[in-house]
Amino acid sequence: MKPQLIQRYSAPERINHWVVAVCFILLALSGLAFFYPAFFWLTGVFGTPQLARIIHPFVGVLMFVAFARQFFRYWHHNLLTRDDIQWMKSVKTVMQGHEVGDTGKYNGGQKGMFWMMCACMLVLLASGVIAWRPYFAIHLPIPLIRVALLAHACAAIALIASIIVHVYAAFWVKGTIRAMVEGVVTHAWAKKHHPRWYREVTGKQK
Amino acid sequence: MALQSLDITRRSASPTASPQARKTIEIAKLIDVSTCIGCKACQVACSEWNDIREEVGHNIGVYDNPTDLSADAWTVMRFAEEESNGKLEWLIRKDGCMHCADPGCLKACPSPGAIIQYSNGIVDFHQENCIGCGYCVSGCPFNVPRISQKDNKAYKCTLCSDRVAVGQEPACVKTCPTGAIQFGSKEDMKVVAEQRVSDLKTRGYDNAGLYDPQGVGGTHVMYVLHHADKPEQYSGLPKDPQISPTVQLWKGWLKPLATIGIAAAGLFGFFHYITVGPNRADDEDDSQAAANVGRKEKEEDKA
Repeated sequence: MKPQLIQRYSAPERINHWVVAVCFILLALSGLAFFYPAFFWLTGVFGTPQLARIIHPFVGVLMFVAFARQFFRYWHHNLLTRDDIQWMKSVKTVMQGHEVGDTGKYNGGQKGMFWMMCACMLVLLASGVIAWRPYFAIHLPIPLIRVALLAHACAAIALIASIIVHVYAAFWVKGTIRAMVEGVVTHAWAKKHHPRWYREVTGKQK
Repeated sequence: MALQSLDITRRSASPTASPQARKTIEIAKLIDVSTCIGCKACQVACSEWNDIREEVGHNIGVYDNPTDLSADAWTVMRFAEEESNGKLEWLIRKDGCMHCADPGCLKACPSPGAIIQYSNGIVDFHQENCIGCGYCVSGCPFNVPRISQKDNKAYKCTLCSDRVAVGQEPACVKTCPTGAIQFGSKEDMKVVAEQRVSDLKTRGYDNAGLYDPQGVGGTHVMYVLHHADKPEQYSGLPKDPQISPTVQLWKGWLKPLATIGIAAAGLFGFFHYITVGPNRADDEDDSQAAANVGRKEKEEDKA
């Protein structure tokens, strides 16, 4: 690593992130296959439709566990402050590429995304376990399974839409993907998008 | 079971229409609860014809055996002792798939062609396409489909589609010793039921009637009940069965909403990028910026 660059994510953090990301992609594709008849062929990501039904929940548990590790890494960076509310209110300005407020490690949008993901993951795990055949669903009442299936689909759609926004934001703000691939960001990037975090990691007052 | 000799009108998880040109008559099985003696010959015939053998169970104090439907028991007699009609009545009902005109199982199934509806009204499972997700179990308003613990496939009564396809009646109908189970066109069965109902009414069963619930579009297995006003008395036969609103929401409204939501997220990103453009930390691209950072830092320190 060049000394001019700032370390944003360590190797274990990046591996953790990409484990969740790969799980998510497999789950989203197979899940959409179960949801949309026209996309049933996407069960092919796991080989056959039957295999997709068998493997999907196990990958789901892996994603939840990996995400839980991320939760404990990042939750304290994601507590909402007054600045974040200001950020959310000024989201239109932000969308034009102008920064708002003295942003720390994460801005209001990222924090909102974090908690959105947490909520979706919890609903997905709980409802997924309830509907999981042959292990759990067989012992549970059918009306509960119906609610679980509806909740699972709703949470999955919310998460997929959120992840599209998450991925787009990373693509839009140049230099961000590098943070999660190589682990580093430039001074300019840090100073512009996360000034308070920049001062914290560099010890600079300016 | 797969049968290509019957015309298919609807397949699960198939957005476009099945061939509709050939019209066949709708069939129905009529079960006259008032002439059923609970001999279970129908259970045995079903087991024999379909080559399914449920494990021999235990006596649990009532006649029910097997005690429930299973992947190896597609029809079971349910015996209810009912005292609320002014006397003790033994209400016996042959339970199994009702072959709904609007089948919840088919609506819920995510696998193309795993559940099909023939033009004669029979709803059949094609196990080779079944993925074992159990959505059909959630979709069914009658709690009929069962997932096999051995092969994780869903099973239920086929209305002997293989027999019906070659002009025979279902095995249970063939074997019923009292004629309590009859089979024919749905139209004819309604006429037969009407006669039975009026006969029952003359015998003091004022609320006798035909069970052909319209909440699921009518069924191709119908009951003549002496207490049609209280179907629940017959071991929980639902009074007004319909596909659960939860399932309707999941399989109906949610799909277009999800499409709009996901498409909106994607389209938003696309149009945002081509209008606002990328958000760069400075005018140069990042690799150059990284190389220049050292120099800039110095300049800043001087300033």
